[in-house]
Amino acid sequence: MQATKHQKTLGKEKLERIIEMCIAIENHTAEPFTLNIDEIIKIVKEYFPHWQDLEELKLDAEVLHHLASVIKIQSEWVKQRSTLLYTDPFLLEEKILQTGKQEMVSIFLKAWNPLIEFEQISINTLAQGLLYWEALAPINERWKEFEPAVVSNSFASREELIKQRVLSDVEFSSELTHYWEELKNCVAKKGVEGKIHYWDFIGAETYEETVQRAFLASFLVTYGYATLEIDRLEEEVFIEPFDQPRTELLTQQSISVPIAVSCEDWQKWKRGELD
Amino acid sequence: MSKKGVYGSKIKKATQMLFYKRHQKPGIKGWELHKSLGSDYPKVLDLLDDYLKPLDLQVKTIFEEEKTPEKPTVEELDKARFYVALRGDLATKDRLMGWRIDDLAGLAITISYIISKKGQAPRKDVEKLLIEKMPNWKIGLNIERYIRYGYLAQDDNGLMFLDWRTRAEVDQKALITMILSSDLQKAEAAEPVEEKEKEEELQEQGESD
Repeated sequence: MQATKHQKTLGKEKLERIIEMCIAIENHTAEPFTLNIDEIIKIVKEYFPHWQDLEELKLDAEVLHHLASVIKIQSEWVKQRSTLLYTDPFLLEEKILQTGKQEMVSIFLKAWNPLIEFEQISINTLAQGLLYWEALAPINERWKEFEPAVVSNSFASREELIKQRVLSDVEFSSELTHYWEELKNCVAKKGVEGKIHYWDFIGAETYEETVQRAFLASFLVTYGYATLEIDRLEEEVFIEPFDQPRTELLTQQSISVPIAVSCEDWQKWKRGELD
Repeated sequence: MSKKGVYGSKIKKATQMLFYKRHQKPGIKGWELHKSLGSDYPKVLDLLDDYLKPLDLQVKTIFEEEKTPEKPTVEELDKARFYVALRGDLATKDRLMGWRIDDLAGLAITISYIISKKGQAPRKDVEKLLIEKMPNWKIGLNIERYIRYGYLAQDDNGLMFLDWRTRAEVDQKALITMILSSDLQKAEAAEPVEEKEKEEELQEQGESD
């Protein structure tokens, strides 16, 4: 029993090595004839009676599959070598270097049959050209002229810029100040210890509005109107407004705090499920 | 019309179609001949080939696949391209057909080198080979010209291949056999390409472009 098991292990190892070798030949990292097909077939036959499991039989089939590929590569190798076109590139390169220019040309001329091609006009083709010309409509009929639209230059109004979304309808700094006041009021009403849960502040009726508020909140923190307090243990984020903007924070090295405001989180917040 | 007359007229038509350039590339596709001459166009071409033989010309067939089929089917012939080329039995081939000897030697070297590399070789290797016998400034110009004429092709990775014209014009087996069987001799004292040749070359280049 122990001997059979040992035989199996040995057989599997041999087959795996054969597969590796075949793959190397398939990938052209080894010469095709480094593998003796007859010997390999003998090994495959020898161990075949030991295989019982599906995995073992699969391994056996895989070896045969790779062997078939190697035989194909060997056959192509033989074909290529047997044709007159195969020459050792180094030998040919040497020959080319050693052959004189004149001799090379005379050899080439013996193997060269240049094509004949005429480019000549005839009376017929000229007549065809004339007929075509006569039937051709004048260019101004074929290509309609488009008058370029007159564009006048003028200054863009604030309303136009807002319409084109270049400017917001509320000036950003005043919007930010307004938002800061709102944060302070919010904290005064619902906050605890001068701070409020981040989502309770940015959360709005629609997801779009929530994202807009989160965007503005990030500027409140960046420009020193407020700060974030992150409880890493509870994974909670609070926002705390300052009484006065702290411009000195702008001169310090700041760190970025990414806060995901996903639609899923917003829905949870709406349902009161977001802790 | 008698059978002879019908074939006579078909041969005339085939001659015009084969000799005169109808597309950007010379020659004509089998299906065009089929459409114009009928299903017996291979026979018409055989007859034309017989007429051309004393003139040292031949009708040459280049099949889509690199390998020439022994007994081509009508489908294979329809997909093939037909050309008129020099047959090469007469001594007229001593002429260089308007090529400079340097340029033709460069083409011969490049083609044989690519054949030896199983049909593809990096451009820098070809340049390295040409620099042995060709002035540096000329190598790039010549390779571009070989590409433009359809002797060579180059892919995005800088690999060079043999293109349609080499397949149509050059007997690759014969070329390699002759190079290998040629007597080894030291490179002849190649005449240095003079500066005036360079000017002529550039002028020629400008004209052809």
